Amino acid sequence: MSGYILRRILQAIPVFFGTTLLIYFMVFAMPGDPIVALFGDKGVNPATAAILRHQYHLDQPFIMQYLIYIGGIFHGDFGTSFSGQPVGNILAQTFPVTIRLSMIAVVVEMVVGIGVGLVAGLRKGKWFDATSLAGSLLLISVPIFVIGFVLQYIFAIKLGWAKATVSGDAPLNELILPGIVLASISIAYIVRLTRASVIETAGQDFVRTAYSKGLSRSRVVRVHILRNSLIPVVTYLSIDFGVLLVGATVTEGIFNVPGVGRTLYQAIIRGEGPTVVSFVTVMVLIYLAVNLLTDLLYAALDPRIRYGK
Amino acid sequence: MRVNKIKFAAVAMFAAAALTLSGCASGGGNDNIVSVNGSEPQNPLITTNTNEVGGGLILDNIYAGLVYYDAKGNPVDDMAKSITSKDNTVWDIKIKDGWKFTNGEAVTASSYVDAWQYGALLSHAQLNSYYFDTIQGFSYDKDSKLTGLKVVSPTEFTVTLSAPQSDFPLRLGYSGFYPLPKAFFKNPKAFGENPIGNGPYKLAEKGAWKHNVDISLVKNPDYQGARKALNGGLKIVFYATLDAAYADLQSDNLDVMAGIPDSALKTYQSDLGKRAVMQGAAIFQSFTIPGRLPHFSGAEGQLRRAAISMAINRQEIIDKIFNGTRQPAADFTSPVIAGWSKTLAGADVLKYNPTEAKKLWAEANKISPWSGSFQIGYNADGGHQGWVDAVTNSIKNTLGIDASGAPTATFAEFRTAITDKTIKTAFRTGWQADYPALSNFLEPLYQTAAGANDGQYSNPAVDKLFTEANSAKSLDAANKLFQQAQEVLLKDLPAIPMWYGITDGGYGTKVSNVKFGWNSVPILYNVVKN
Repeated sequence: MSGYILRRILQAIPVFFGTTLLIYFMVFAMPGDPIVALFGDKGVNPATAAILRHQYHLDQPFIMQYLIYIGGIFHGDFGTSFSGQPVGNILAQTFPVTIRLSMIAVVVEMVVGIGVGLVAGLRKGKWFDATSLAGSLLLISVPIFVIGFVLQYIFAIKLGWAKATVSGDAPLNELILPGIVLASISIAYIVRLTRASVIETAGQDFVRTAYSKGLSRSRVVRVHILRNSLIPVVTYLSIDFGVLLVGATVTEGIFNVPGVGRTLYQAIIRGEGPTVVSFVTVMVLIYLAVNLLTDLLYAALDPRIRYGK
Repeated sequence: MRVNKIKFAAVAMFAAAALTLSGCASGGGNDNIVSVNGSEPQNPLITTNTNEVGGGLILDNIYAGLVYYDAKGNPVDDMAKSITSKDNTVWDIKIKDGWKFTNGEAVTASSYVDAWQYGALLSHAQLNSYYFDTIQGFSYDKDSKLTGLKVVSPTEFTVTLSAPQSDFPLRLGYSGFYPLPKAFFKNPKAFGENPIGNGPYKLAEKGAWKHNVDISLVKNPDYQGARKALNGGLKIVFYATLDAAYADLQSDNLDVMAGIPDSALKTYQSDLGKRAVMQGAAIFQSFTIPGRLPHFSGAEGQLRRAAISMAINRQEIIDKIFNGTRQPAADFTSPVIAGWSKTLAGADVLKYNPTEAKKLWAEANKISPWSGSFQIGYNADGGHQGWVDAVTNSIKNTLGIDASGAPTATFAEFRTAITDKTIKTAFRTGWQADYPALSNFLEPLYQTAAGANDGQYSNPAVDKLFTEANSAKSLDAANKLFQQAQEVLLKDLPAIPMWYGITDGGYGTKVSNVKFGWNSVPILYNVVKN
């Protein structure tokens, strides 16, 4: 098992270099000169622009810029944004917030999604099942920003149960409402996924054996049905975590969460190479780590899966 | 049994969530601190390098320069005791004595002169360097000290311009002209994070600027000018979107809001009632047709430009696209500026007149028949698609030619194409005044080879009128000459004026005495917390 983990970690290294090179190239290839944009609608002073370009190494050939950036990373220097802030600081401030938000969303979708899906699967065809199917269809069809604005309007503005926006420190309790919004669409998918998986598992031979052995219903459901139904759900959750990290942009905009989404969006618009590449690279690394954890989780869930042999 | 447990757990979780959510809804009560929406400054907070509204809002509140602008845009002395000149070329500036920066340093004439020298020097690459380009000694090409600045005494200095400028005192309220303490020159980088000023407010503490989150300012008890704060401090929150800020305003989590999101334009006046703000602004919108485009130069060009201008039904577009929140342009400046006139000779070219438009277009076709399509370029990330499409449709329907918008993906790309002169279409242009004077709307845009003259327009008659206006003996005389220059512009139409922007915003129930200035920025030092 440990050999397997080591192999996976080593595989991450070429992915890291490949990703950074590719993203850096894409930012570099974007048309438009970010230095010109700094001047806004006012006139550009060519000499000043030339000095600024030199400051940000934008006058060097692409491969030189890339090597300067990579060299900086090994010193812990992720580059500087146009506003003079070290990108490392921006990373340290924004990623924890978005990760917290995504984790709340994952917990919500796990608990609600699996819970509802399990009950719906066990009571297939009954009213609970039909209602949850209809409800999940509704959630999938409503765009996330509509859900966001509506919930913000109802709970924050009209009822005053929550704050309309998230404050600078982004404490966990303020992230609950945005987390629910973020999780809303995934809840629908997980309900359906769990339900289908539970229905299929509940019809398997080993479940019938467990019942005929006299095990209590609670034990059969918990140990035999649920654990074995979870594999497709866990797969979806791990992919979803990566999607949530990135796709939280809309929700972060609505609730003004000081996270990755809007910082990255502004950096892309302004053409700030080091910022964009640093953010995307960290996201890729997180994604790889989550994928590794998911694969390890499979082994825990299904004894038929083994690694390293 | 299991099912009941799940139901029970679900109910318990919902209750817990509701309780936690409600626990944080009571966050508020910020004892005499006024919260306002802002945006993260694009650059470190250095006065000579800040040219956008995010940084500008902060700097205007922590610094006091020679003059400040009142709500109408009239300059009022802040630190200046007198600004006089016999010939509009050599200006003698006397400042009040005894003012201090918040780190204890005295504010002297050198504080101004050294700051201006820093901003003007080429190798410092300051974005506001063009502000000093009328001072003797300035150079865009090499490092050159401003020979026109002389310190006479700690409370007096002289400014010698390279050419007369009748409205020079009007410019001195702009943030590029603020003084800077010696602490800045010791370490500009660190200073940009924690700027030290001499204005109505100061940073609440070191590190008060939380990037991308907010910045907290407190009242500066040592400020001696006329803008004394009527509240205890400001909290400028950086919002990602105006929608989020508006949601906070509605739930009374935000005190003052500058700007209203498009989604709320129709409803904000009924939502906020008396607390809604709508007034004029020093914002001018147009689209520029460079002379190098085929069919748009010379006599043919004049006919075509006039035809296009008269083919646009500005009022209808304003009503449909902007919900009536704009004012059709009658000149090239803004109604909030002294000297604006809506009765300039030739202003009829800005009124919708389809018959005349068709007639002029046909006359132009006699000189050289039209071919191809007329396009207006714009940046897709600026929310301009609506009006550009409406304008080109108006042109298409009136003149019967093919017309459409030509979007570029980002602002950077758009401006690069304009600066490099590689853009092949007409393009959207706009101007927000740096200081409340007609010259600021005209000279940077329409003077030959001026910095923001994106269409490379050049007319010696206009240049001559500008020079005469700058040497005029009084502001009224100068404004008359600027109006004459605009009458020439109305014939040449280097850019087609569209409309003036408006200032919109609002405030919550916890504050009062909220007024917005000529530059669409709320006058925060006068806001009182109820």
